[in-house]
Amino acid sequence: MANSQQKSVQGIDHNHFPWSHVIGFASSIILTLIALWIGLYTNFALSVKIAVVFTLAFIQAGIQLFMFMHMTESSSGRVQVINTVFAVFVAVVTVLGSVWVMNDH
Amino acid sequence: MMEHAHHHEEHDPSMPLEYQSEIGRLNILGFWIFLGAEIALFATLFATYFVLAPMTADGPLPTDLFKVEGVLIMTFLLLTSSFTCGLAIHELRRHNQKGVMLWTIITLVLGLGFIGFEIYEFVEYIHHGATMQSSAMWSGFFILAGTHGLHVTLGIVWITFILIQVKKRGLTPQTSAKLFISSLYWHFLDVIWIFIFTGVYLLLMMGGLSPHG
Repeated sequence: MANSQQKSVQGIDHNHFPWSHVIGFASSIILTLIALWIGLYTNFALSVKIAVVFTLAFIQAGIQLFMFMHMTESSSGRVQVINTVFAVFVAVVTVLGSVWVMNDH
Repeated sequence: MMEHAHHHEEHDPSMPLEYQSEIGRLNILGFWIFLGAEIALFATLFATYFVLAPMTADGPLPTDLFKVEGVLIMTFLLLTSSFTCGLAIHELRRHNQKGVMLWTIITLVLGLGFIGFEIYEFVEYIHHGATMQSSAMWSGFFILAGTHGLHVTLGIVWITFILIQVKKRGLTPQTSAKLFISSLYWHFLDVIWIFIFTGVYLLLMMGGLSPHG
């Protein structure tokens, strides 16, 4: 079982303060509070609020995927990204498609 | 550090432990594929919920039962647990077993707090007459939030067993791959919760998906 593809994960120095995690965590908290504030304490039109809070949710999901889950690393990083993008596409089509088809006006 | 490793594997010390064995690399890739399927699973539950949400029939209105504070506490518990889970993997890559154990245990405690709070909320809802049977909206809600809560519960049990193994065997390429995979699962559950927070609680509290006759 020789190791044939070991070049692909870079040897990053991990003996440092985990800044990316702290930044990711702080961003998640801030994005959550911004979404809450826009949703409950502003007077934008409902459609604008919905667009904004869902955009913030997708940004937060991106933070998890890239900063915490290291989606792009390893020799299979590209496959992981393609697989996840495809799954998100399926999810968006499933949800928006269902809402659109079942909407009764 | 390498004494733990299996002798038939070649090791590149510059590579994280979890990627050092071929089986570890394949398991991590396989788990990403599985998470793709999980995204599709939750998408069907979200679709069902969004379609059924305005159908409250004679059941209680969710706007009367959802409270900002409770949802925020659950959200912050899970967001923080995702952060501490990330710190555990950071320690894993420094080959610091104590750090891994500490941050993972904190992650599990926060996860238990989340589950405790969710059960408390569910009991509150049921107490106010909102059950699986009260309306299509509540069926969709309990299935969606319940499937997520079940995932978190299974995660806590699974990661507890991994911790016991790490305690016994140390940080090997095998146990490291298991820790890393369980961290992917945990972060993924946080992603799903972000959408439950936004699409279920926040959307209703700001007046979206209001009941039609």
